[in-house]
This record gives sequence, C-alpha cells and structure tokens, in this order.
Amino acid sequence: MAALDRLAVQPVAPRVVPERAMISASGVQKRFGGPKGLLALEDVSLDIAEGEFVSLLGPSGCGKSTFLRCLAGLEKPTAGKLLLDDKPIDGPPEKLGIAFQRDALLDWFSVLENVLLPADFGGYGRKAYEPRARELLAMVGLKDFADVYPSALSGGMRQRAAICRSLLLEPRLLLMDEPFGALDALTRDQLNVDLHHLWQRQRMTVGFVTHSISEAVFLSTRIVVFSARPGKVAEDIRVDLPDDRKLALRDTPDFIRYTHHIRGLFEKMGLIHD
Amino acid sequence: MQTNKLTRFGIPLLGALAFLLLWELATDIGAVRPIILPSPSSIFRELASEPAWFAEQAVFTLGVTLLGFCVAVVVGVAFAIAIVEWPLLDRLLFPLFIGLNSVPKVAIAPLFIIWFGTGAEPKIAIAALIAVFAIVIDTALGLHSVPPDQLDLAKVLRGSRLKVLLRIKMYCALPHIFAGFKVALSLSLVGAIVGEFVSSQKGLGFAILTAQGSFDTPRVFAAIFILSILGVVLIGALDMIERVALPWHASQRKAAGH
Ligand SMILES: Nc1ncnc2c1ncn2[C@@H]1O[C@H](COP(=O)(O)OP(=O)(O)OP(=O)(O)O)[C@@H](O)[C@H]1O
Ligand SMILES: [Mg+2]
Repeated sequence: MAALDRLAVQPVAPRVVPERAMISASGVQKRFGGPKGLLALEDVSLDIAEGEFVSLLGPSGCGKSTFLRCLAGLEKPTAGKLLLDDKPIDGPPEKLGIAFQRDALLDWFSVLENVLLPADFGGYGRKAYEPRARELLAMVGLKDFADVYPSALSGGMRQRAAICRSLLLEPRLLLMDEPFGALDALTRDQLNVDLHHLWQRQRMTVGFVTHSISEAVFLSTRIVVFSARPGKVAEDIRVDLPDDRKLALRDTPDFIRYTHHIRGLFEKMGLIHD
Repeated sequence: MQTNKLTRFGIPLLGALAFLLLWELATDIGAVRPIILPSPSSIFRELASEPAWFAEQAVFTLGVTLLGFCVAVVVGVAFAIAIVEWPLLDRLLFPLFIGLNSVPKVAIAPLFIIWFGTGAEPKIAIAALIAVFAIVIDTALGLHSVPPDQLDLAKVLRGSRLKVLLRIKMYCALPHIFAGFKVALSLSLVGAIVGEFVSSQKGLGFAILTAQGSFDTPRVFAAIFILSILGVVLIGALDMIERVALPWHASQRKAAGH
C-alpha cells in the first residue's frame, strides 16, 4: 500500500521543482454551445515542464481530446488560464507537431509531399526540409515509400508517415490524440518503441492521449488521469521507470505496479469491474 | 485485361447493334412509315451523301458547345470559390443565383439574339448559361467536403488561406467538380442546339430545323445521330481527362471495384 501511495505525486509538483513550466493550465474550463451548453472540461489545472512526456488517460468523453485541442489552439477555453511559455495560447503556436487518430494524410500528395506539408504551409521551404523528411521516413522504415500515394500504404505505415509529418519541423511541443488507436496490437507495440526512441533522441515535450494503460506507462514520464465528464485531473502520476525502455519492461514488477495502480483508479471511478 | 476491354466495349456495342437491327427490320416490313421513322440504312445513306456538309455543321455545334462549356467552367468555378471563401457573398448572391437559374433558359434565348446578334456568341452564351448551374453547385459542394481533421491540420500548420484552398480544398473538390463537369457538358450541348433553333445559319440544330421544314426525316435523324455520338464522345473524353488528372482518385476507385 505504501508503495502505491508513493506513486501519486501532488499536482503542484512542477511548481516545486525549480524547472520553468512550458505549459501552465489553471482552472481551464470548456463549455460547448453557449452558457447552458455541455461542460466538457471543468477546472483543469496542470503544469507541464519542457521535455516531459505526459499521457492523458481517462474515460471516453471526459474531455481529453478537448484539452489537447485547447493546447493546440484549435479550441478556446471558456474560463481559466492556459499559457505556453508564459503567453496565453491564442491560435496554434508556431512549429507545433500534431497527430490525429485518423492519420489525416492528403490522398493527392505523395508520402514525401505529405511529410513536407508543415514546411510548405509554414513557409519554411520544402527544399530545405527534404533531407530531414527523407531521414524521418527512413527512420520509421518508409524509405522506399516516399514517392507513392498514401492509398498504397497499410494503416500502420500511414500512421508512421503521419508521425514523420508531425516531427518535420523539430517541434518543441508534440500533441498526439490516440495516434495508434486504429492499429493492431503488434504494429502498435512497434510504433510505441519507435516513438519512445524518437522522444529519447529529441526530448520534445509530448502531450499524448490514449486509452491504453500499458501504452501510457511505457511511453510517459508522467500520466494525468482525468475523471469522467466534466473532466478534471483525478490523479497525477510520475512514472519512474528507466529512461531506455524496451518492450520487455512491460513484464517487470515495476511496470505492472503502475498499470495495476491505474486500473485500480478506474475501478474506483466505477469504469471497470470484474 | 483483354477480356476486360471486350466486355467493357463489346457488350454495349452489341446492344446498340441489336437495337439497330430490330429497327431496320421493323421499317423494312413496313410496320412504320419512313416519313415517321426512316430505316437506319436510309439514315446512313443520308449521312454518306453529304459527309462534308454534316461534318461542317457538327464542328460548328461542337465549337459552340465547348466554348460555352469553358465559359461555364471559368465563371462557375470562380463563383463557387468566391461564395465558399466569403460567406457574406454567399448570403448576398446565392439566392439571386438560384432565382436566376429558375428562369427557363429557353425563354431567354431570343433575348440573347437581341443582345449578341446572330453569330456564334449568343449560342455560346446560352450553352454557358445552361451549364453553369451544375458546376457552381458541385464545386461548392466539393469545397465544403473537406474532412474536419484535414482542416484542423491546416490550421495547426498555419497555412495561408490561399494554400489551404489550393493544396487541400481544391483537391477534395476535384471529384465533385468532375461530376459537375459531366452534367454541364451534356447541358451545354443542349444549350448549343437551343441557340441554333432560335436563329442560325449553321450547326446541327440548324440542320434539324431546315430538314424539318421540308419533311426530310432521314436528315433530321442523321443530325440527331451525330448529336448522340458527340455526346458520348465528349463524356468519354472528360472521363479520360479525369483519370489522368486525378491519378490518386482513379486508383482508389479501382481498389473499390468500380
Ligand atoms: N465541437 C464540439 N461540440 C460540442 N460538444 C463537443 C465538441 N467536441 C467535444 N464535445 C463534447 O465534449 C465532451 C468531451 O469530448 P472529447 O472528445 O474531448 O472526449 P475524449 O475524452 O477525447 O473522449 P474519447 O476518449 O472517447 O475520445 C464529449 O461529451 C463531447 O460530446
Ligand atoms: Mg478523444
């Protein structure tokens, strides 16, 4: 029991640590459809430091995607403060990396052109970024598929291309909303490993929404569990696992302690039961 | 592939041949009078007697059709982009556009003769006017059909409106636009004939009208025959252009089994 208690960190932890918060949310509320509309988020307060890999877990419809969309500047909170680098988020920040559940690749462009889209749209020049785009594709095993249309790729390959696209501009902040939700278990495991390596190399700050407890534990330095709608932070868990993670880590007692603890939380919320 | 081609072109051809054969037999046994329905062989004889003249009329009508279609494409696509990109324009002009379109174009045709004279211009204008509606409706529909994820992506990547239009919206709209083109092209052929009916010294519409005056039914049918061939060829050509211009779409359709 004592071991479990140690896992829960106080939400104020980032303020205690001298590190400066990159993202700071305080009392963020989001209501859809006017003052009497649906309350999706209620009072979310959360600080995220540079370089953290933060997973958002929680029941379906609790506002995880909504919170991520607020971070991306795609939605505006109806109350509270949401800061990025101490400035209020007003529209998508520059060089933001984003990946969706459905890959949102453009069917009419080749895989390479899709990966280069952020450079093109941001006005950074496609030519300048082409070597990096090819390098990213090679890194995820799509070297030979640069010039085909996305329709020639499998679901997992498409998602990998979408991840390359999200990483093209070397984003400081990467937001991913269930990027592996539509994939089979094997492909998902592989992409988890790939993503972990990418994060190890670049140390960008990641906001990652998932429904998989073990995926969250495997990837994250920190897991934020939301309560059922209206979303609030139910628990903020620091994941103290080795930095260099291998798939076998998932079978170790340390790892299982985390998944067990989170499953216990969900049971307490009444979301799952035996 | 070989049998594929055979079934794709062979079977429709077989149907057409059987139809012509039945028709020929019905007229040969005297079931219908030639002045009402001439036999296919007499229609072909009529065509063969003056091929150059028929070709000249066909080229005129084809030219009017294509020019009218092109005007409709330029005006229609531009108008659709304008009303989709500026919702104010949509509210301002779209009801007016619907209202104008409800006026029967055939009724306006004589007015166009007064405005543009008796040359090719009024016919081109009528063809364009009849065709433009389908292009506007389908282009606007296509521009609105972008999946929300792709619009979010465009917002996050901070693309300019022009880039979002040219790289995402237009491509999304293209399949719809081509569907509109096919309807519009058939309609502009109708428009060309309507224009020639109202006043003309040239074209297949003129050929039909003068032949009708002298009860020359085989000639009327000969002109109609050319018209139907023109229609099939024009739509076929558009289909081919679509396949070349939208390779990603063509491959998807093939994968879907169409
Ligand atoms: N654009 C919108 N308009 C109105 N309501 C919305 C909108 N987007 C989300 N909602 C509502 O807000 C609530 C939270 O939605 P959200 O998509 O953030 O949930 P989620 O936690 O991501 O769920 P899931 O895990 O199923 O993806 C839901 O009840 C949803 O119906
Ligand atoms: Mg969601």
